[in-house]
Amino acid sequence: MFENFVNLWHGFGIAADPFNILLMAVGILLGVIIGVLPGLGGANGVAILLPLTFSMSPTSAIILLTCIYWGALFGGAITSVLFNIPGEPWSVATTFDGHPMARSGRAGEALTAAFTSSFVGAFVAIVMITMIAPLVAQFALRFGPAEKFAVYFLAFASFVGMSKEPPAKTVVSMMIGFALAAVGLDMVTGQLRLTFGSEELLNGFDFLIAVIGLFGIGEILLTMEEGLEFRGKAAKIDAKVVWHTWKTLPKYWATSLRSCVIGCWMGITPAGATPASFMAYGVAKRVSKTGKNFGNGEIEGVIAPETAAHAAGTSAMLPMLALGVPGSPTAAVLLGGLLIWGLQPGPMLFVEQSEFVWGLIASMYLGNIVGLILVLTTVPLFASILRIPFSIIAPVILVICAIGAYTVNNNVFDVVMMLVFGVIGYVLKKTNYPLAPLVLAIVLGDSAEEAFRQSLLGSAGSLSVFWSTPLVATIMGIGLLAGVWPLISNLISRVRGVAQPA
Amino acid sequence: MSETSHGAGTGPTQRNAEIGVGLLTLLFGLIVVYGSYIVGFGWGPDGPQAGFFPFYVGLIICGCSLINIVQGTREDPKALFTEWKQLGQVLKVLVPTTVYVALVPFLGIYVPSVILIAVFMKWLGSYGWPLTIAVAFGVPAFFYATLERWFLIPLPKGPIEAMLGL
Repeated sequence: MFENFVNLWHGFGIAADPFNILLMAVGILLGVIIGVLPGLGGANGVAILLPLTFSMSPTSAIILLTCIYWGALFGGAITSVLFNIPGEPWSVATTFDGHPMARSGRAGEALTAAFTSSFVGAFVAIVMITMIAPLVAQFALRFGPAEKFAVYFLAFASFVGMSKEPPAKTVVSMMIGFALAAVGLDMVTGQLRLTFGSEELLNGFDFLIAVIGLFGIGEILLTMEEGLEFRGKAAKIDAKVVWHTWKTLPKYWATSLRSCVIGCWMGITPAGATPASFMAYGVAKRVSKTGKNFGNGEIEGVIAPETAAHAAGTSAMLPMLALGVPGSPTAAVLLGGLLIWGLQPGPMLFVEQSEFVWGLIASMYLGNIVGLILVLTTVPLFASILRIPFSIIAPVILVICAIGAYTVNNNVFDVVMMLVFGVIGYVLKKTNYPLAPLVLAIVLGDSAEEAFRQSLLGSAGSLSVFWSTPLVATIMGIGLLAGVWPLISNLISRVRGVAQPA
Repeated sequence: MSETSHGAGTGPTQRNAEIGVGLLTLLFGLIVVYGSYIVGFGWGPDGPQAGFFPFYVGLIICGCSLINIVQGTREDPKALFTEWKQLGQVLKVLVPTTVYVALVPFLGIYVPSVILIAVFMKWLGSYGWPLTIAVAFGVPAFFYATLERWFLIPLPKGPIEAMLGL
């Protein structure tokens, strides 16, 4: 334990380098812009900017990219409160009470509450990462291929169990991801597969292209369909409003704490920030004394989802760092970045690249402090970005996506693939297929397959290897339980005689 | 996500869309199964063959697609996927973007970007020429300056850039 604090202290030394602080500020600002603009979000924003970081040192690069992520988390709140448009899915719940507050002239208060609780959620999650991640990593050092596969299995099974979409759709989406990841050269046998003689498919599908297409282009198409016009409320934040709001916030410590716990839990299991924010909002509504007034501009209704969303978004980094299993699409993109920089995420990272890991963790503390200060001072600026009409923003974002897709591999064919993924993303989203499992599966497909085949190789093809030791059996068991949870809960409610609407 | 019609609008139904997507994923699953079958999905002399993993992935896709198709047929037959008017909006973005993407391999990224932004602003936004031209040339110029000059990342260029000697 003590050793961790020494490491963390050392990490602060790395993160507090003036160049890295500058990167944090740049990253947060870019991130907020990305979070505010429709069609650009944490995942595809980071994916587009990833190629720009190839020439940086891995530590500086990850600081820039994670700060973009924090910025995007902050940015989602701005559009929700001022424009009633969630910039990101996880800020949908923030609109419920945030926008009514803005309508009644309390926009500054709502934004201050949102940013501050985001900060609190993130901070608690980082403290948790600092404490737990090294332990998890140390524990995971003993993992063999079977345990590794079991962890992947658990991660994907909890998607099936937790997501609000129908399980069969989640499975299809996930398996499409695995299939796409399998296209191209098979690492083990050196054989080509699923390319059907096409040269363009030799290298398989790049998940960055998929992310840019699915989330970027798909989102633009959705926004266009809704024919959305930005009509927002003006925001004025001055020191007085901030101070005034901060004085009221400690009253809601219980809500914050509950939301932090929900967020951290949902973030570690790859359910993600979006369900966490809804769950926290729902719980707060049920528990709060003023619960009936939720939806009419109750400050608690802003605090709860924002705290949970940030706690979840941040703690999604824990499994990514310690196990190599990202907890959210954005974390998946960051994981892809680690691979490109030549770092193998997972338990060995803490041993071999401890400077990198602790520099990153320290930068999370600093980045969120920098972020809170920046967003509180620059809100009016970002609100004015949103007033740029969509007919200007849309083509510019399309161009940015195309450039981003091209720069991943300097390949023009990727731009075409991006558009294909965009259309697929639009259709899947409209028919309620979740996109996050698809992206995660493309990223993790090769590692999951390798773990699966290695474990089977050890047992000469018998599936019993996944039940052979108590450890692997426990992880698999939890995974199975998580996967069939919808069935179980369905059964329970039927036994209770509650009518289940289809 | 799925919105019911506000009265007058018509369009493809959610039910047909769900079934259609289910059929497409089923087809995709079959392709994956077939592709894995070609390279061998069994147990080779040195362990699982290349198609081993994707074969089962493909099977699961097929199975779950069937479930989704059955679920799809139970959808409310009146609920709309989207209205034709909205679909028109989507096509207004999709068609120019497709043309844009098709032009990139031949003209590089800059010229099509200028055209795309100009078309959008003129056609969908009906802005005046001065602003349209300023944004249409300004944005690609910005990317040229930052990416090619500052980050030294070359973007695809076509004959027009070659003529200008960029």
